[in-house]
Amino acid sequence: MGQLDDYRLMARIRRFEERLTALKDAGEIPGSIHLCNGQEAVPVGACRALRDGDHVTATYRGHGWAIARGVDLTGLFAEMMGRDSALCGGRAASPYLSDPGRWFVGENSIVGAGVPIATGAALTAQRTGSGAVSVVTIGDGAMNQGNVHEALNLAAVLDLPLVLVVENNVYSEMSRISDMVRVRQLAERAAGYGLPGRVVDGNDPDAVAEAVTEAVDRAREGSGPSIVEAMTERLVGHYSGDAQHYRPTGEIAAAREREPLARIRRAADADLTARLDAIDAEVSAEIETAVTAARAVPYPDPATAEEHVYV
Amino acid sequence: MSESLRYIQAVNAALTWALDSRTDTIYFGEDVALPGGPFGATKGLHKRFGSERIFDTPISETGFLGMALGAAMTGLRPIAEIMYADFSFVAMDQIVNQIATVHYSSAGRWKAPLVIRMQQGYSPGACAQHSHSPEAYFAHTPGLRVALPATPDDAYQMLRTAVVSDDPVVVAEARMLYPTRGPVRTDAPVEPVGGARVVRPGADVTVVAWSRMVSAALDAAGTLAEEGVDVEVVDLRWLNPLDFDTVAASIARTGRLVVAHEANLTGGFGAEIAARAAAECFADLRAPIARVATPDVPMPAAPALQAVVVPEAATVAEAVRRTVRA
Ligand SMILES: Cc1ncc(C[n+]2csc(CCOP(=O)(O)OP(=O)(O)O)c2C)c(N)n1
Repeated sequence: MGQLDDYRLMARIRRFEERLTALKDAGEIPGSIHLCNGQEAVPVGACRALRDGDHVTATYRGHGWAIARGVDLTGLFAEMMGRDSALCGGRAASPYLSDPGRWFVGENSIVGAGVPIATGAALTAQRTGSGAVSVVTIGDGAMNQGNVHEALNLAAVLDLPLVLVVENNVYSEMSRISDMVRVRQLAERAAGYGLPGRVVDGNDPDAVAEAVTEAVDRAREGSGPSIVEAMTERLVGHYSGDAQHYRPTGEIAAAREREPLARIRRAADADLTARLDAIDAEVSAEIETAVTAARAVPYPDPATAEEHVYV
Repeated sequence: MSESLRYIQAVNAALTWALDSRTDTIYFGEDVALPGGPFGATKGLHKRFGSERIFDTPISETGFLGMALGAAMTGLRPIAEIMYADFSFVAMDQIVNQIATVHYSSAGRWKAPLVIRMQQGYSPGACAQHSHSPEAYFAHTPGLRVALPATPDDAYQMLRTAVVSDDPVVVAEARMLYPTRGPVRTDAPVEPVGGARVVRPGADVTVVAWSRMVSAALDAAGTLAEEGVDVEVVDLRWLNPLDFDTVAASIARTGRLVVAHEANLTGGFGAEIAARAAAECFADLRAPIARVATPDVPMPAAPALQAVVVPEAATVAEAVRRTVRA
């Protein structure tokens, strides 16, 4: 995959989130949404290291991971619109959706809860000899959840094929990570589990891909888990209604200079710029097609509300 | 003196009162200090009381509820905030095995005067992990007091009561009620724990409700009055201590009982009320007891599905009609 492919995938995620915001503003999305604008290089780079059958577990801020794993855009929009989507039938919505067909174990709206679950997917891979790895992403703040600690140690002692990607976007909701931990980098904690830990530029898909590939290779050959901390920034609020008064003035403007799409654009010559423009237009059209298709998905039949509680 | 406040402002006023009038109180939770709380409950408190009295914790519910217990046992009076009641499940060991038991298991030698403040219930589009109404888990746990304020005034009075209580109290507010406005008696003396309240007298049927379902029951009573059915609404307010006397007295007047809660049906606290009524009010009951609740499903996010599972005024009214016809 080259830069143009990365750009296309990151632009698809960005455009998806922007379109979702507009739909939210227009009253088409019930419930709150947590967007990953600015963080696209992390899922795009990480998923370059993966193949079919590898599991991904994400958080409520997981739309980018779903898209990077090839989850259907129409399904994503329809699910978030509260429609009877092919993903979760409208039961999960934006923060808890999943897609077993794309090995997307899913998002989770309980902070940290995905890490033990991903550890279980890694256990299956190990015990069945499937050769799959389990990648789990969490935010910086989630590193302070007890279950994350327990799961990491479990994965370590069992030598499980688990890769933890920590997306350090500086904030957990409205709190700065520097007020919440006494280590400079969260990857330093890897040493406490006897695991390798690396810090990478999370706005550079190549840097993320390189580090995650190293971790995935290690996991696949049976050498156990790793932690990759990707440094990034969100360009938008924690959730759809966040006024971000806790962010110092100028911070978001500065982040806009560093974000992954702007970076590629800034370095582009006239020829590349034209190609990027063309990609943007294609991506916009693709997203619009998905929105139109999603709007045609019916709302769930109320008579089915009690279906699927049990097998 | 009474002020017109929104529910969430009443919470803020009670917390201000607590930090102002008791130097042993301390407040902590996620995003509560500088940001003023995800719903604004602690707005202005950090500015006024400083980091010594109110601070932000990492996302570590087990850690900070255990910390609340240890601090309570050794001289402070912590108020710990769980952002959504759903996240209390992460810290259930500290609540059920630790906070609830330490007083009893030390033959009364340790006390745990702490408050766990949370908000609960569904809202449109919120998924299963942000919609729980877990009050029955807490009411099932001996050693905890459980408060569910249904009005701005109770949000103020019951939270103050919880703060001065020497027992651990879970105060579960209702997120959907936060914007509602009502008179708040800001200079009332602090009430003792417990006490249900007849919030609408009626002759034909008793509806026992709490939290968001109180207003649903009152709305239903309004509709039913036009149909000639006179509904008495009891706001249970506290599940522990349980004021069953008020419920029994109401049943003695009406002869019929409907219990309404948003939590799902099986093992919900409505089952406890129904069982007690069957045991203690058998002679007064003229119709089978009815329960109104969410059916036994994890909460779906889609409003189209929520509309058929979440009980509202119409669901209560329907249950009352069935009970009156029986
Ligand atoms: C157990 C639990 N506690 C609290 C919350 C509320 N909450 C949702 S997101 C969030 C911040 C998480 O921050 P971080 O892990 O850094 O991820 P980010 O949102 O920045 O992607 C909090 C506190 C929750 N969902 N689950």
